[in-house]
Amino acid sequence: MPNALVIRAPGTNCDQEMCRAFQLAGAAPELLHLDALVKDPSQLNRFQLVGFPGGFSYGDDIASGRIFAMRCREKLYPALRTAVERGVPIIGACNGFQVLVQIGLLPGPAAGQPWPREHAPEQTVALTDNENGRFCDRWVGMVAEPKSRCIWTKGIEQSINPRDTEDVWMFPVAHGEGRFICKDESVLRELESSGRVALRYADNYNGSQNAIAGICDDSGLIFGLMPHPERFLEWTRHPYWTRLDKRITSTTTPGLRVFQNAVNHTLAVATR
Amino acid sequence: MRVHRVEVWPKSPSLDARGASVARSAASIGISLGTVASARIYLLETDADAAQVAVLAQKLLADPVTERAVIHAAPLAKNAFQVEVHPLPGVMDPAAQSVEVAAQELFQGKRRVRVSTGTRYDLLDLSGGKAQAELLARRVLFNPAIQAAHFDAYLPKSLPSGHEYVAKVGRIAIRDLNDDQLQKMSREAHLFLSLDEMRAVRDEYRTLGRDPTDVELETIAQTWSEHCVHKTLKSNIKYTAAAGTTADPLKFAGRPGHTVHPDGSVTIANLLKSTVAAATHELIADGIDWTLSVFKDNSGVIAFDDAHGVCIKVETHNHPSAIEPYGGSATGIGGCIRDVIGTGLGAKPIASTDVFCVAMPSETELPPGCLPPKRVLSEVVRGIRDYGNRMGIPTVSGAVAFDNRYIGNPLVFAGCIGLIPRNMVHGASRPGDRIIALGGRTGRDGIHGATFSSAEMEHTHADEFSHAVQIGNAIEEKRTLDAILRARDFGGGPLYHGMTDCGAGGFSSAVGEMGGKIGATVQLDRAPLKYAGLSYTEIWISEAQERMVLAVPAHNVAKLQKICDEEGVELADLGEFGTPGAELVLRYGDLEVGRLPMAFLHDGIPTPTREAEWTPSTPTVRSASKQPNLSISSSLFSLLSHPNIASKHWIIRQYDHEVQGNSIVKPLGGPLTRGPMDAAVLQPIPSTRRGIAISCGLQTGLGNPEIGGDPYLMTLAAIDECVRNLVCVGADPTRIAILDNFCWPSCSEARNLGTLVRAAEACYDGAKAYRTPFVSGKDSLNNQLRYTDPVSGEQKLIEIPPTLLITGLAIVSDVARCVTMDAKSPGNVLLLVGETSSAMGGSHLQLIAPEMIADGSIPHTDLKSGPRTAHTVASVISNGLVRSAHDVSDGGLLCAVAEMLIAGSTAKKPVGASLKLEAAHADVIAAAFSESPSRYILEVAPENAKEVQAKLAAAGVSAQSIGTLDNSGRLKASGLDAGVEDLAKAWLAPLDW
Repeated sequence: MPNALVIRAPGTNCDQEMCRAFQLAGAAPELLHLDALVKDPSQLNRFQLVGFPGGFSYGDDIASGRIFAMRCREKLYPALRTAVERGVPIIGACNGFQVLVQIGLLPGPAAGQPWPREHAPEQTVALTDNENGRFCDRWVGMVAEPKSRCIWTKGIEQSINPRDTEDVWMFPVAHGEGRFICKDESVLRELESSGRVALRYADNYNGSQNAIAGICDDSGLIFGLMPHPERFLEWTRHPYWTRLDKRITSTTTPGLRVFQNAVNHTLAVATR
Repeated sequence: MRVHRVEVWPKSPSLDARGASVARSAASIGISLGTVASARIYLLETDADAAQVAVLAQKLLADPVTERAVIHAAPLAKNAFQVEVHPLPGVMDPAAQSVEVAAQELFQGKRRVRVSTGTRYDLLDLSGGKAQAELLARRVLFNPAIQAAHFDAYLPKSLPSGHEYVAKVGRIAIRDLNDDQLQKMSREAHLFLSLDEMRAVRDEYRTLGRDPTDVELETIAQTWSEHCVHKTLKSNIKYTAAAGTTADPLKFAGRPGHTVHPDGSVTIANLLKSTVAAATHELIADGIDWTLSVFKDNSGVIAFDDAHGVCIKVETHNHPSAIEPYGGSATGIGGCIRDVIGTGLGAKPIASTDVFCVAMPSETELPPGCLPPKRVLSEVVRGIRDYGNRMGIPTVSGAVAFDNRYIGNPLVFAGCIGLIPRNMVHGASRPGDRIIALGGRTGRDGIHGATFSSAEMEHTHADEFSHAVQIGNAIEEKRTLDAILRARDFGGGPLYHGMTDCGAGGFSSAVGEMGGKIGATVQLDRAPLKYAGLSYTEIWISEAQERMVLAVPAHNVAKLQKICDEEGVELADLGEFGTPGAELVLRYGDLEVGRLPMAFLHDGIPTPTREAEWTPSTPTVRSASKQPNLSISSSLFSLLSHPNIASKHWIIRQYDHEVQGNSIVKPLGGPLTRGPMDAAVLQPIPSTRRGIAISCGLQTGLGNPEIGGDPYLMTLAAIDECVRNLVCVGADPTRIAILDNFCWPSCSEARNLGTLVRAAEACYDGAKAYRTPFVSGKDSLNNQLRYTDPVSGEQKLIEIPPTLLITGLAIVSDVARCVTMDAKSPGNVLLLVGETSSAMGGSHLQLIAPEMIADGSIPHTDLKSGPRTAHTVASVISNGLVRSAHDVSDGGLLCAVAEMLIAGSTAKKPVGASLKLEAAHADVIAAAFSESPSRYILEVAPENAKEVQAKLAAAGVSAQSIGTLDNSGRLKASGLDAGVEDLAKAWLAPLDW
């Protein structure tokens, strides 16, 4: 059973759900405090999967995920790079996504380029204040990018079969700073052309560029998204499950599918 | 050391959401300007040089993609006015604390850094000049209770810091004071004690043969405050009803603790014990075996399953929210969460609730010192949002009620629900345990909160009591929670014997409570302080947030310390529980500054008999409004747009109601996730399909003295409403626990105490009839505003309407069988369950069009048929015979059906309904809009309709088929043919801020 590390910090609050997601998907989750990891970064070597959970790390003071990301950039980058080079799938949801882009792990180096040795890549995308300036909790329709390299979202749309006339393919979102912005047009073009866009909003309520909800790196292993797949592990979490057909509610939820994809990937790599 | 200033600006106006939001607010209050550019300001007092500060700004403070950092102050454009907002000295600045810690790490501990943060707004093309800038600052940008506004760059030479403090014991001569002098002392020292109480204090010190020290007197005032001891509800009361009230639905004979005198007056011994608590104890004696802890602890606990209990507490934070709504509501929910954490040996918070009562958002006539109601509501929502979301606790249930009598005294109810292992429900400190404080540091903030909350609001309070108002730091509390749960679940058992939170009264109340039977010795100089200079009294009574007190056996302190170090939580050892004579001993350094017998502190408060009167007003139709008679159709649209009824999605969506991933029925549901669900359902332990449901009942209109209301009937209706809401989602009606939160105007007035008595009696009757024990409760009295009219110079008083919130927590046997209120399928039958009465006193139709109402009497809740209906509806739901269920409440039958259609209809799959109103009542106005209690609408598949009706009939519950669902997307009834999307617009728009 692969080991999954979930990293928490003061204010992290979706860590339990993410552990449960990894567990239901067939991994053995372990929760570690960022302080403990900074003290001994080699602990990362024990894990085949890594999750950056949601929440308000360090109160999201200064900006969402800023202090968490700064500490990772300054203290953990070489250890994280080693994990990436080992082929460890990494997910960041919500605050975790905000952390991954500020570390520089997403979108990562250009296609075919190696990860820099000592210092994390420059940050080229950001998750900034929602267009209306407010925190928003809702379920939002999702569109998975069929050409994406992302291993976490592979085949996710087929997991809802048959598709209902009502738009049941949704994820919950809950954030104030989720508007996806690229540093410039070329970054956005590169993301789109290299298959790094994994998920889009069907209703672009936060004003993200190209309605982007989630991206991955060139390997498809590092995945960040504003929605919370870990909050949708059972159909009874869907906002209108009481009116859904059994044919739908007997399938695996798209949320669980995300984590199963990654666990299955590590198992496949291990047996190859 | 010098102060460096860093400004962080959005790179482009399109990225400046905060500036845009201020520009919108400016427009809404008629201030004309172009745009607003905003920046965060960091003032860093440090020995780092400018280059190092620049590196810090780049690495930590500014986002390289969206922001740019400016060292010092960016120049101001010619056409702009500058406003800066900075916290007043001593006000909690959580961002500053985080920056300090992060900067220390970046500088590798080699530089000293102190931080203060602020915000800069550049107002471009402002017409009206500086006066308008000042107006905008005052109305939108800052609150003088906690912040200062500057109109140019704030460049302090140093950041404020504390001063040295040398302790000297203060003694207060009280033994020779006469009544006048005692009252003067009570007022001027902000003790808020009555004359009787001041006399008791004086007499105690005469017995002791000495004068009190300053800290002793403060301790007594805190402990005896209404907020801490609930002296009104626990007092003995003589109740008299005006002559000629023979038709009173409230009967006094045979109640426990009540003596009915021949003249009809009634003496009640300890009102709370004889009503609310008596109902619970009688129910327990009568076989209810699933309560685990009632009234004793910080929250009430009921059984969830064999291994777990669920606990619940609802608090109010009204007066602080009047002065500073953001900090007031945030620290309100923060305190209630700590109550849950501090229950027994510790519960894990799993959900929060919030209910607000505010003035109509349209109200513009403000008494002096009052904030505009729209701002109050926006800010209390923001406070709950910022605290609850950061704690990672879903805010799942709530309500908002609007009435202009809340203008100077809004009500903010904050609730929290926790999950607790059953073997952790009880804890108690033991002699020899160390007194351990965990969490935030102690500061001058929050001093006199308990006594302030027990007094009435005066318009001068914003100045006098701004120190009672605080800003919370949720992450401090989250860290403390993480540490406590680790200490609770420590291998080998919890590391402590007892725990409570520091709420009102601070250490004074927490240690006083925990050591109440065994005594305690407290070394006050050991409390970690936010800044130097606090006196020992300030340390003892400060209500600084995010602090817990634990009773820890000495041999466990090191283990607890290790956990706290790992979680970044500060631990302080303040002394020891247990003294030979069960005394409270307070020390500062080598000085003994106070010594009080615990017995006097907790039992010495005099219990005078208070007078209560009840004079029912006759139900009258209020003077006819200028509105002509409305049609059924326009009445429905007006009702759906009334802020009490209109959608609260603007509030709900700002709360993370999904965190922890266990929400089964959410506040909003249906295919467009806009349907207002009756109650929230959670599955707190994913491995079991058992769940909990949470909802509330609030029927203030039925108690309104202006229309002949009766708080007795109001309270019964609120209990019934709460039960209905829970039943509608599939909760088990035999497993409902309820809570009372009384918010009343001054009960020194006999007439107000009279209405309070009636509400309390209804709590007894309602709880017994529905078999819903009260497990916890709280009261907030003196909710009224006294002010001097600035024009006439007259003294004015605005009393809030008597307000009783009933909160319900129920068990759901199987969450997979939950039902929601969104209309499901065309062809299904709509059944109206329960009797519709013509009594429409206190209804929403009466509020908007009183002349349409034929019968203005107050509806009665039938205590026989109400519970029977609830149980029968629950049984047909659990049999799987019901597709959707919704309670009929505010706005009556038509509003309820409209809500079901709005919830269930989409453009792709429209749902409509045709109703026969006459089936509900011969008077179609009453049929459409009566708010008679104990009614439900059930959507049933046609093949099941007969069976459901038969089951209801067999139980003696009335039910009529009132129509069928179709795919028209229209709601039709006599005099009504409205598009569901048009109804939705009317309902969604009013509070879509």
